[in-house]
Amino acid sequence: MIEALLSVLTGIFFAVAVYLLLSKFIIRMLLGVAILGNAVNLLIFTCGRIMREVPPVIGQGLDVPAGLTANPLPQALILTAIVISFSFFAFLLVLSWRAYGELKFDNTDAMRVAEPDDDTLPPLGY
Amino acid sequence: MLLILVLAPFAGSLAAICIPTQKGTAAAWLAGSIALLCLVISAGLYTVISSGTPLRYDAAWLPELGLNLTLRMDGFAWMFASLVAAIGLLVVIYARYYMSASDPVPRFFALFLAFMGAMLGVVLSGNLILLAIFWELTSIISFLLIGYWHHNANARDGARMALTVTGTGGLCMFVGLMLIGHIVGSYDLDVVLSSGNVIRDHPLYTTVLILILLGVLTKSAQFPFHFWLPHAMAAPTPVSAYLHSATLVKAGVFLLTRLWPVMAGTDEWFWIVGLAGLTTLLLGAYFAIFQQDLKGLLAYSTISHLGLITVLLSLGSPLAAVAAIFHTMNHATFKASLFMAAGIIDHETGTRDMRRLSGLFRYMPITATLAMVASASMAGVPLLNGFLSKEMFFAEAIETHKYNILDTLTPYVATIASMFAVTYSIRFIHSVFFGPPPQDLPKVPHEPPHWMLAPIYFLVFSCLVVGVIPALTIGPFLHTAVQSVLGIATPVYSLAVWHGWNLPLFMSLIALVCGVGLFLVMKPYLTTSIEGPPFFRRLEGQRIFERVLVTLSWKWARSIEMRAGTRRLQPQMRILVAVALVAAAVTLLLQGFKPAAIAFRSIDPAFALIWLIGMICAIGAAYQAKFHRLAALVLLGGAGLVTCLTFVWLSAPDLAATQLLVEIVTTVLILLGLRWLPKRIENPDDPELMTISTRLRRLRDLATAVFAGIGMMLISYTVMTRELPETISSYFLERAYSEGGGTNVVNVILVDFRGFDTLGEIAVLCIVALTVFALLLRFRPATESLETPEQQRVQNAFDDDHPDRKKGDSIAEYLLVPSVIMRWMFPVIGMLAAFLFFRGHDLPGGGFAAGIAMSIAFILQYMAGGTRWVEERLRIHPLRWMAIGLLVATATGLGSWLFGYPFLTSHAQYASLPVLGKIPLATAILFDLGVFALVLGATVLILIALAHQSVRAPRAQMRAAKMAAKENA
Repeated sequence: MIEALLSVLTGIFFAVAVYLLLSKFIIRMLLGVAILGNAVNLLIFTCGRIMREVPPVIGQGLDVPAGLTANPLPQALILTAIVISFSFFAFLLVLSWRAYGELKFDNTDAMRVAEPDDDTLPPLGY
Repeated sequence: MLLILVLAPFAGSLAAICIPTQKGTAAAWLAGSIALLCLVISAGLYTVISSGTPLRYDAAWLPELGLNLTLRMDGFAWMFASLVAAIGLLVVIYARYYMSASDPVPRFFALFLAFMGAMLGVVLSGNLILLAIFWELTSIISFLLIGYWHHNANARDGARMALTVTGTGGLCMFVGLMLIGHIVGSYDLDVVLSSGNVIRDHPLYTTVLILILLGVLTKSAQFPFHFWLPHAMAAPTPVSAYLHSATLVKAGVFLLTRLWPVMAGTDEWFWIVGLAGLTTLLLGAYFAIFQQDLKGLLAYSTISHLGLITVLLSLGSPLAAVAAIFHTMNHATFKASLFMAAGIIDHETGTRDMRRLSGLFRYMPITATLAMVASASMAGVPLLNGFLSKEMFFAEAIETHKYNILDTLTPYVATIASMFAVTYSIRFIHSVFFGPPPQDLPKVPHEPPHWMLAPIYFLVFSCLVVGVIPALTIGPFLHTAVQSVLGIATPVYSLAVWHGWNLPLFMSLIALVCGVGLFLVMKPYLTTSIEGPPFFRRLEGQRIFERVLVTLSWKWARSIEMRAGTRRLQPQMRILVAVALVAAAVTLLLQGFKPAAIAFRSIDPAFALIWLIGMICAIGAAYQAKFHRLAALVLLGGAGLVTCLTFVWLSAPDLAATQLLVEIVTTVLILLGLRWLPKRIENPDDPELMTISTRLRRLRDLATAVFAGIGMMLISYTVMTRELPETISSYFLERAYSEGGGTNVVNVILVDFRGFDTLGEIAVLCIVALTVFALLLRFRPATESLETPEQQRVQNAFDDDHPDRKKGDSIAEYLLVPSVIMRWMFPVIGMLAAFLFFRGHDLPGGGFAAGIAMSIAFILQYMAGGTRWVEERLRIHPLRWMAIGLLVATATGLGSWLFGYPFLTSHAQYASLPVLGKIPLATAILFDLGVFALVLGATVLILIALAHQSVRAPRAQMRAAKMAAKENA
């Protein structure tokens, strides 16, 4: 049951992220990216199986953890992932900010500096 | 010695690049001495080679993949290496006088030397993969050399075509060579050469043969890939003389000869190689007659002669192989000298068009005489070397090797082609050197400098000497070469000039007489005709090639783009998601995916409630994202918080702490950013905007999203309900303390076991922060978002209404109590960061969490006091912190080298410090310190860059007001 509910949560995070990413507007896409980070982190986390209240910390005076502990590897991976998704998000935010400042649009369809709508195609022959 | 032989030209090439453009002569001297060195080395090696044992040099490179730097020189390779070095030397001398001072001469010699090195590499490779590498190198350098005069469109087109054709062939050949390696089980040439039967009997033999022949035939310009060679004539003439007569195009026949003992003798070999060779022999000679460009004629003649060698190799008899090797040498000598002569004519008269040239004998008798001897050799006149190998060819053509039509046809085709050769040779000489004096040439012709002729002297002299006394001159060398290819199968052959009145001699005589006759008949037509042979003129290889290229790279690409492509981001995203969905679904269904039955395990109601809230938050965020951003943001924070709580409960305290801190910073970032992003204007309830298509589009997006969500849910659920297989996690758990010296396994993994990942990760963070900084450095916010926020306007209005208040008082007093608290929080948060940092190695915490926490302390100051207030009181240098952090982390990693350990090995020790007590002092903590400093610097840099926008905004506002005032005035 606990697994089922957690996977439903992960699924909903993904669905929301995908829905927001499919939008035309940068801000919604940004929010989508933010929530996608959470979704992916949860997915990685669940891949290491879940366990309650046994953090992967070795007890005092021991060389190896006593008994079963949670899987440390996904945690280390997610820790890296959190950092990367944070920096990715920061970059996207500033980029869209700057893009809005330069182009006066937050609609991706209207951002056509590199490929104007009436752009002619390159020639078909020498 | 072999290594020096191959590496010296490359070293010379590097040196030649460094020579300044004006010092062409110095580059020529360098190239000449390198070529001489190679020649001397290979000459010195002859005594070793002639004993019959190949010379080898082995160096392990990637022995696991069977790829070793093996150089191997036997008689055949020796012959080719000497040819490459000798002709190279002669061409360098020639090029010294040919190249004009206005050309970038050192670049020419640098490329030339590099080519020489690559060619020697091809010849001396003892490993198939190495051979393929050098082979590709020759293609690439040939491309650069053909395109040497890159301001000329013909040169560019010719170079591109040569590269496309030979490059494609080379790729096929590479696959073929790898297949041979697969069949034989080794890439070593000696092993391959000794396992001919294995290869011939293997079911993949035909595939291998076709692939290798594609490489060989394209390189040696054999029909139907011959068309690139005439276009390569746009290259400077020394390049044509070296690459397109003596070396590059011979690489194909070289490999054909090299693999002859292993692959020849089968029907497939006979048909493919023979057919290509015969067609090339005939068509090349025929086309050569109709060329008006001197170099074009020579190019087609080269194609034809290469066809002759190919035919010889196709026959599968040892005697024919001897003739092929012999002709390879002979062709190189006379064709190189002819190219040089053509270059001199071009150089001294300014044109290569045979319709404009005539009667040059009276201006340049020496050049004329030399060219006559060389072209007589090309035509196969007795007492010259061309005659000898041609006679051997005729003798072999008459022999019956296989009972089929191709073999029967060979002698006739050979005679006709030989007749054409006589015709074009006479044409070359007659139209250029005889007849009336030339009219309106671009330059007045005269003899070239003496040294420019010297290489031709030498080559023509060797044509003569070999032609008159073959057994005494080339005999022993040829024998060494032949023996190394054929081994015990070496036949008895005679290099005598006179074999008595026999059929080959009659064939030669017929060819000579008919060739002269043909020339007399054709002469009036040829003096005025346009370029190219009749009938075939329209069917030009180049046009077909270009058509194919255009179709492939433009037409098809364009139609795919029209059908599948889009220039809008949204459809691209949709395609991406859809493809990902389909790919995942197909794989899952094909693999028999079955979600496990729901296993009911007791669940804490608190959990269920929290997760329910998380779901509602996420969905709410999506719903509110369009019109109520602040609400969406709050809901998003809620979703993040739920994730954080999940981590806490499910035994991941490190993650929870970091997630919480990052969540805070992210929210602050968005809040800072939201102020400057556009406001939504549309009214959500406006029915005009909700057209049916919009609704449909949303519905489709929603469906896609729901499917994606369900898919991920199933995957996640299925994974969780399965047993955890044995993973490396247990390794980390067991070794974390004994080897990493820390009890917090996650932190030990980050700073020790996977320290290199962390280094990369903080580098990414560093780059992002710098990019953000650069993006915002000189940027002013958009004018639309410049107006004063509503709240400030209200506050200012309040101040205006009350006479005892100054404007701005309310803003200053706003949130006075919280801001005081925030100021007082600074040391407290600093303390918390230090706490997180020091306990990190043993208990949840660590450099990253500490860095983020500390940066929050700084943000709070900005929020409480405003940008100016903070910067008057605190010196903040985030760029320096980042630099220090990266340096400390890297230096810690490098430090382990000092003690002879691999990069980022850590050393653990506990130290007792006053006040703090006993703390773990692994070197990993230094690394973590680097992480801390960098994270702090990067986060603060990003936040400050954003915060500074608000300082810039008032200035921009004032500017905008001024502009408006000007316009009104």
